[in-house]
Amino acid sequence: MGLGAWLTTDTPRSRFQARMGQTYNGWRDLVRNPLAMLGLAIIVALVLMAALAPWVATHDPIVQTLKDRLLPPGAGGHPLGTDELGRDIYSRIVYGARITLYIVGIVAVTAPVFGLVVGTAAGYFGGWVDTVLMRLTDIFLAFPRLILALAFVAALGAGVGNAILAIALTAWPPYARVARAETLTVRNADYIAAARLQGAGATRIILGHVMPMCLSSVIVRVTLDMAGIILTAAGLGFLGLGAQPPLPEWGTMISAGRKFLLDHWWVATMPGLAIFVVSLGFNLLGDGLRDALDPRSAPR
Amino acid sequence: MGALIEVRDLNVVFGKGRQRVHAVKDVSFAVERGGSFGLVGESGSGKSTVLRAICGLAPIAGGQVLLDGAPVPHGIAFARRVQMVFQDPYASLHPRHTIDRVLAEPIAIHGLGDGEDRIERALDEVGLGSAFRFRYPHQLSGGQRQRVAIARALLLEPEVLLLDEPTSALDASVQAEVLNLLARLRAEKGLTYLLVSHDLAVVDHMCERLLVMQHGAAVERLEAAALEAHRVDTEYARTLLRASEGYRR
Repeated sequence: MGLGAWLTTDTPRSRFQARMGQTYNGWRDLVRNPLAMLGLAIIVALVLMAALAPWVATHDPIVQTLKDRLLPPGAGGHPLGTDELGRDIYSRIVYGARITLYIVGIVAVTAPVFGLVVGTAAGYFGGWVDTVLMRLTDIFLAFPRLILALAFVAALGAGVGNAILAIALTAWPPYARVARAETLTVRNADYIAAARLQGAGATRIILGHVMPMCLSSVIVRVTLDMAGIILTAAGLGFLGLGAQPPLPEWGTMISAGRKFLLDHWWVATMPGLAIFVVSLGFNLLGDGLRDALDPRSAPR
Repeated sequence: MGALIEVRDLNVVFGKGRQRVHAVKDVSFAVERGGSFGLVGESGSGKSTVLRAICGLAPIAGGQVLLDGAPVPHGIAFARRVQMVFQDPYASLHPRHTIDRVLAEPIAIHGLGDGEDRIERALDEVGLGSAFRFRYPHQLSGGQRQRVAIARALLLEPEVLLLDEPTSALDASVQAEVLNLLARLRAEKGLTYLLVSHDLAVVDHMCERLLVMQHGAAVERLEAAALEAHRVDTEYARTLLRASEGYRR
């Protein structure tokens, strides 16, 4: 039996084979969706760029060459031009991918998970647990996000690490809201009652039965928030509270280029395009993932 | 022999103030070990609520539920002795779990050994082959799903099976198959059934004794023999009987 037949068989022999088959089917769904593949290609390219930065970049991202300042794209061996200190913008974007991925990755892993736990617990238990957790969420939601992040960073000190922490702390409440709403629709379902009748505890029900139902809305929400997360990091950098110069962070690069926007458009535009393309990639991939993750959408 | 399940003056009340609904009023009955007891009534007569109250899924406002003469235990201990099959097999199986995962769950919760064998055996018992094991519920028909739900309930080898309209969501031919399956399993395993249905024909087929309920209260107690001979006392029971006859024609 070939690998293809082993994966696509209607009657898997083991749990492992069944799971591999599901993964394979999900992958085929994803491949069939050209937009999702485009998103995946963008993300893969971003990851490769970050991992191979020293080989992909043409210049040192930090060394300043003042005689070459503000060269237009293509001039003097700088494909995307240079900034106000003569640094190669292309190389800075390549190295900046590392910081962007670092911020996005850590926020995307922490905030939704925390929001999911808070939201499902509030929705499932109800009563005073719900009241306490949701009022706490409301308090976080009531502050403008950037202001709250500012306050956190001001208290914790400037730097990429603290910026990530601040963004994560301000990003979780919407996930908690989404997760709670989803939980409320499934908590009285018969399959939850059935699990309870089998003696399942609250932890098992929330993790195994409630969370899978919330996951697709949260994943979509996360991918839509990616652009916002990058921009919040940029905003913090702009205010001198995020990535510190000379670190090549995309948002910081935009705010530095703002001063020359009319005469030297490429300084701010190039990192802006980078943010745009990466956000688009996350959105496309997220949309495709949602479809692929839902077993019900599989062709029958 | 004493009753395995006894319900004494059970009262169930939902809500407070103006929204207060007295769903079950002073209902009492007993089911002996190995027996099969039916609760019959129209929609909203409180029959399903009685089942849910026994399981702890509905709030008991008064009265007692006894299992083997003792108050029903809670949580894990209860699960080993009493299991339930829900009305709607489309709602009682988790849409994102494979049949394998559905059946593995009770085994994991109760720390039972040889899970693989148990799952295979459970699927065989309800007439589903292992070909169905790694499917999702949406890939199964209603009758097949209800068989999975029955397999799940029987995995823990309970003494009592609560059946909440187990066939009303299925079409007529599948209904007969599932009822025959339930009857066979009861004979094989010596199970005690408490069956809820609005259909007297189903209860007649499955149960030795039954209780007719209306508006949350018990109306009439009947033996299956009396039902067969149409010896019913109350007007309401007669109406139900007529309804089921009309259906049978």
